[in-house]
Amino acid sequence: MIESIYEMIRSYLLQPAAHFLVPATFESEALYTLEVLVKIAAILIPVLVVVAYITYAERKVIGFIQGRIGPNRVGFFGFSLWGLGQPIADAVKLIFKEIIVPSGANKFLFVIAPILSLAPSLAAWAVIPFSENLVLADINAGLLYILALTSLAVYGVIIAGWASNSKYAFLGAMRSAAQIVAYEIAMGFALVGVLIAAGSLNLGNIVMAQDGSIFHWFWLPLFPLFLVYFISGVAETNRAPFDVAEGESEIVAGFHVEYGGMAFSIFFMAEYANMIMIAVLTSIMFCGGWLSPFQGIPLIGEPSLFWLLLKISFFMFLFLWFRATFPRYRYDQIMRLGWKVFIPITIVWLVVAAVLVVADVPPWFN
Amino acid sequence: MIETTKQYLQSLMLWELLKGLQLTGRYLFKRKITVQYPEEKTPQSARFRGLHALRRYPNGEERCIACKLCEAVCPALAITIDSEQREDGTRRTTRYDIDLSKCIFCGFCEESCPVDSIVETRIFEYHGEKRSDLLMDKQRLLEVGDMAEAQIAEDRASDAMFR
Repeated sequence: MIESIYEMIRSYLLQPAAHFLVPATFESEALYTLEVLVKIAAILIPVLVVVAYITYAERKVIGFIQGRIGPNRVGFFGFSLWGLGQPIADAVKLIFKEIIVPSGANKFLFVIAPILSLAPSLAAWAVIPFSENLVLADINAGLLYILALTSLAVYGVIIAGWASNSKYAFLGAMRSAAQIVAYEIAMGFALVGVLIAAGSLNLGNIVMAQDGSIFHWFWLPLFPLFLVYFISGVAETNRAPFDVAEGESEIVAGFHVEYGGMAFSIFFMAEYANMIMIAVLTSIMFCGGWLSPFQGIPLIGEPSLFWLLLKISFFMFLFLWFRATFPRYRYDQIMRLGWKVFIPITIVWLVVAAVLVVADVPPWFN
Repeated sequence: MIETTKQYLQSLMLWELLKGLQLTGRYLFKRKITVQYPEEKTPQSARFRGLHALRRYPNGEERCIACKLCEAVCPALAITIDSEQREDGTRRTTRYDIDLSKCIFCGFCEESCPVDSIVETRIFEYHGEKRSDLLMDKQRLLEVGDMAEAQIAEDRASDAMFR
């Protein structure tokens, strides 16, 4: 269905636009550029809408777990609609707020920091396959690209903390840097495990390597890596219980104390976009991406975008569930968990995974 | 040794964390206790201490005899009373002011009153748009009393056996 809509847009909108707006010599280049732009919009607009509504879902889920209802007043056109207008109202409010640059702050870095934290998390979507053909850039080093971009996001946090000229922001940035360095390694090793199992860096091929049913997915043979990857992902995105970088009770709000208005909300969008990214990657690498868990059964066994969305929603829900359940880790506990637990586990399981692959253990590696 | 190993394995299996998740997961589906305020309200006690009122006797005569006990007992010094003798020889207030911005709603004025004149009603949804809106005078207190008399009488009757 998505393919046919895209075909319609291509033939009725893009081709005439390219034909009439640019000289005939550049027509094919213009068409290609327009196609890519449309694809980018088709990925980013839903992502940003989902980012906005994740904040709503978070407030609802945490409210429900605490025996409350959560936002249920702001709606559209006089209907409250369970508070569905809340994220829009929040966004409008934040857009109209003034951005205050503190005195003594490095203005250039202060302004560029939120952009630096949001841009990589959006750019990473380029290589995410939504189904066998739906992928913006089907590059062979997809996993490497993802790893590089998700690690880049920490620069936004560090620069924000440094540029704010505030000790709380600086402490938050330092904590975040140390934490991300620790968990990046465990995360990288978990990715290497997937790499060994799938034999490819291309995300589409990784999903296809899990073809079969729910028991053919990599979560089973790589179970410790799966857990380590997801928990490291929670730590990488500075979410509870690893949110010492924000640490409301100790350092006010950490790296974004000095930010207000839209600059602040961009940090939040980056955090939520990163959460979705981790959820997507977990579902692609360990839970079979767009493959159906009931593969082999007609109708519900068909691979489709729906399954991917379902898996993403599940992992997003886990993020919210964790936040509503766990108290924040102490700083030394975070470091201990990262260095002394996760990294040894991943190294050991890399060996196990390699042995499984070499020994062609069914049903995954034969 | 066995105990240590068991604990180590339990923490490795995230056992305690899963128990925590199970607990919060159960609460996710429990009944929500939020009161949707303007549409729903929490039950009130008959002894609720809200906005003040001055009462009258059924024949329309105001109860207050200007004994000034409430003024004396008020811990926040929110009550100001002036009095003089009326033509029929009774002592009546010429001024009975309650500064609601000082009042702490302790209910001592109500308890000290020998003629059940000053009472605190169940009304709590009032507001002032300027400071003088929160300075209640005798006129306004009597109006509140006239308006809420039925409820006040009912509440006091239900509470009478405990006084």
